[in-house]
Amino acid sequence: MAQKYLSDDIVGRGSKDGAALFRDWFQELTGVAEQGKGAAYVFVMGSLNEILKTFDFPVVFPEINSLQTAVRRVALDYLNEAEDYGYSPDICGYVKADVGVQLRGGEHPMGRIPKPSLAVVTNACNTYIKWAEIWERMYDVPIFTLDIPGTRSEGNQFLPGTPNFENDMKYVAAQLQELIELCEKVSGKKFDIDKFREILKHTNTMNRNWQKILEFNQKSPAVLNALTDGTIYLGVANGLRGTPEGAKFFEELAEEMEFKAMNGIGTLTEEKFRLVFVGVPCYPIFRRFNEFFTEWGGVFVHSTYLWFASGGANVGFQYDLQNPLDSLAEGVLVSVRDAMDSMFHHQAVTESFITPFNVEGVVYHPIKSCRTVSTGLADGRRHLMEKTDIPTLFIESDLMDQRVVSEAQMKNRIDAFFEGLISKQQLAADI
Amino acid sequence: MAYAAGVDVGSTQTKAIIIDEQRDIVSRALADTGANVTAAAEKVFQKALVAADIGEEEVEYVIGTGYGRYKVTFGNKQVTEISCHGRGAAHMFPKTGTVIDMGGQDSKAIRVNQNGEIVDFCMNDKCAAGTGRFLGAAAVALDIPLSELGTTALRSEKAVRISTTCTVFAESEVLSWLGKGKKVEDILWGVHQSIAARSIGLLRRVGIEEEVTFTGGVAKNSGMIKALEEGLHTRLNVNEDSHFMGALGAALFALDTIIASRKPAVKEVN
Repeated sequence: MAQKYLSDDIVGRGSKDGAALFRDWFQELTGVAEQGKGAAYVFVMGSLNEILKTFDFPVVFPEINSLQTAVRRVALDYLNEAEDYGYSPDICGYVKADVGVQLRGGEHPMGRIPKPSLAVVTNACNTYIKWAEIWERMYDVPIFTLDIPGTRSEGNQFLPGTPNFENDMKYVAAQLQELIELCEKVSGKKFDIDKFREILKHTNTMNRNWQKILEFNQKSPAVLNALTDGTIYLGVANGLRGTPEGAKFFEELAEEMEFKAMNGIGTLTEEKFRLVFVGVPCYPIFRRFNEFFTEWGGVFVHSTYLWFASGGANVGFQYDLQNPLDSLAEGVLVSVRDAMDSMFHHQAVTESFITPFNVEGVVYHPIKSCRTVSTGLADGRRHLMEKTDIPTLFIESDLMDQRVVSEAQMKNRIDAFFEGLISKQQLAADI
Repeated sequence: MAYAAGVDVGSTQTKAIIIDEQRDIVSRALADTGANVTAAAEKVFQKALVAADIGEEEVEYVIGTGYGRYKVTFGNKQVTEISCHGRGAAHMFPKTGTVIDMGGQDSKAIRVNQNGEIVDFCMNDKCAAGTGRFLGAAAVALDIPLSELGTTALRSEKAVRISTTCTVFAESEVLSWLGKGKKVEDILWGVHQSIAARSIGLLRRVGIEEEVTFTGGVAKNSGMIKALEEGLHTRLNVNEDSHFMGALGAALFALDTIIASRKPAVKEVN
């Protein structure tokens, strides 16, 4: 890349622009809510933004709304509201925070959330389905459940061109046709294939650049912190999927990361240990949690979260604009299946990061709220320890509920993990 | 002669150890931690200095450990008690492969290499089940001093199965068994077995090596030693200083620092 930027012009641009786009998105949703209009409720794995945006549906991601209440330290108010209403302390914190938002008429720290006019869910997370049933009961809105055939067994992923893959794809394509019919009914608009094609083009740009951005982190020092910076980018990747703003953002972000990689500019941390994060972040103490690692010079160079919470955008799938509907079916199948794999077959994903990203430690973070994403982490850790000599840390807390986040206990374990990493490093230096 | 010290500020008790350059323990001191953590650390350190009959200036390096390690304001450095227990246990019993440390609010399983460095560790999460606090709750419910819990439990002929894992609920379960006429020693033995089972679960997660060393305040409880040994089908390494193991590990790390600082700097060759 030609040296056309000064460092101050480009470094940090993605985080700044990402935060601004994120605020604009919530402002737009507030406007929709204030006009009494509805939105399409979707999830990060299989949002089908491309179809919904063709019908001009404003799109709400309840998962993102919920995590924002935690980052902004008001989650407990929402969780308590849902628990007072009758929801168990033991179920998903995302669900309960959303129930709290709904019970408060859409009141949210970032604005106001419109009510659903329809919801699109996939089977990528079993809670999605039960969650959508809550809106169905509350608002009597149509729910569309997209059933995506996942990987049947580890290491046995049907590849495009094989009969099983083609059958799976036909199954998804038929469902997408049903979704289009439902959208036509709810919106009163006819499906516009040219507009759809234009939206797919923007998603292609986003997917292509997301994949590229993640690969830049193979460089040392890492150009982005997968846990903090990565989460900001994920917000844009999901909320603005298929939009010109989203495409421009990811093109520019890739440019920023390339500039950083070429000029040896890392994150704010002096990089001493390159780490991978497996699981979902600890949002109630989001910044502090990361500091526990950066204080020791630990930088998260990758995470399984950047794969599954981007809905599998990491595979960089490129839609065939000449054959957009079938291609969407293929893309959804490939990407969402990959997202599921990075949750359920995380051991293979984690292992694949070790050499290319020069990983020195892996942090597993199971959460009380979500058994779906946490079950199997202990097995994955054991598997990794048997196959490699990479030190690992296993710390449990939550993604939403500060009542089960104990900072002192967490710090103690993290400090001990780094003491072990340092002694391993010293031992290697002595040899 | 230079000395090194370790001060372990735990949730229940604060311990200090002073060692000499030969790694021999010169003195030890212990006090309840209480609400003023800094004062407790200072107090045990001063007690240890008096017991060693040395002045503060003779202690070249002090390491704080335990939950209150950052409150050891006179310390030169902080190291987690996880690393310190591993180091202390491997020093006391050089063939140690796995350490089980049971303290007031924590239970830890630590796997160490031959140098006492941590290979893996695992702790109880967010709850005091399987820790000394669980025993404390039973002691209150049965009105027995902590020091007699183990010996009382060992008189049992038939353990009562304690099913709850919650320290608070354990108290009501103990009372309900008393109400049903069960013997105190049988209930207590059940409590010991219940805690041992949880700790063995932690040990399994890190891997149980041939030699297991038991550290922490609960290592003074003969009933818990037996319950663990029965559950593990092996003899445990237990030392009378087991509850000082964190402080000892900290003192050993402190001595390492002193020795390293004396190494002549490598001369640069042009």
